Amino acid sequence: MVTLNSYLVLGAVLFSIGAVGVFTQRNALIVYMCIELMLNAVNLTIVAFSRFLNNMDGHVYVFMIIAVAAAEAAVGLAIFISLFRNKESVNVDDFNLSKG
Amino acid sequence: MELLMFYIFGFGAVVSALLMVTNRRPVRAAMSLVATMSFLAGLYVLLDAHLIAVLQLIVYAGAIMVLFLFVIMLLNIEEKEGLLGVNTILLQFMGMLVVGLLFVSMVSLFKGGGSLLASVDIANDFGTTKAVGKLLFTEYLLPFEIASVLLLAAIVGAVILAKRRIDDSGR
Repeated sequence: MVTLNSYLVLGAVLFSIGAVGVFTQRNALIVYMCIELMLNAVNLTIVAFSRFLNNMDGHVYVFMIIAVAAAEAAVGLAIFISLFRNKESVNVDDFNLSKG
Repeated sequence: MELLMFYIFGFGAVVSALLMVTNRRPVRAAMSLVATMSFLAGLYVLLDAHLIAVLQLIVYAGAIMVLFLFVIMLLNIEEKEGLLGVNTILLQFMGMLVVGLLFVSMVSLFKGGGSLLASVDIANDFGTTKAVGKLLFTEYLLPFEIASVLLLAAIVGAVILAKRRIDDSGR
């Protein structure tokens, strides 16, 4: 049967996959999508705990996380558009202006 | 039955996530992420979180990912170079090692097998819109209002950041 640990392990696996993507991807847009995947993994963990503790506060937290992720996606993609306009490249290795 | 659904949705989510992370083309990665979010919405339904499941499909898979795809197609991003340089493979291997350690430490915190989720008694209206709304408008009213101000700030910020400068030369 499905236990709480199954959902937690699944959340940990998804979070690790997202973290690997943030470290190893060269395309900046895919890096951003891996960040969204990590947020989704955290959402799954919170909803699993909320079901386990019979507490509806977790659902409100997930609601807020989804709202914040939407706002962050809008602003992040706007930053991305203006970056792309200046540099004409999406490779993360090309954004090295702050390199000493 | 519930175990079968959990394995189907969980396996689908993990496979789609792996496909997204190892892809070099942004459009394919975006579609894999949409598939991951749909499988996650199925998992939310298994956890009796009905409002969150529908919100995940409408907001995350239906609005945020569509925004991603718009940006990808607007900027006409294609994959440029192939494999990685030699000196970066070591860095990426170390990155994967760190994440593997993180995963092992996360899993090792679980003691025992855990209790069955089906044996936990839940309220009658658990996870419905009514229950979430009741909490949102009474106990969590301040975060709700601040979230609306945050969304307004995000709208203004996105418009200003992506606008073309009028006094710029030749852009």
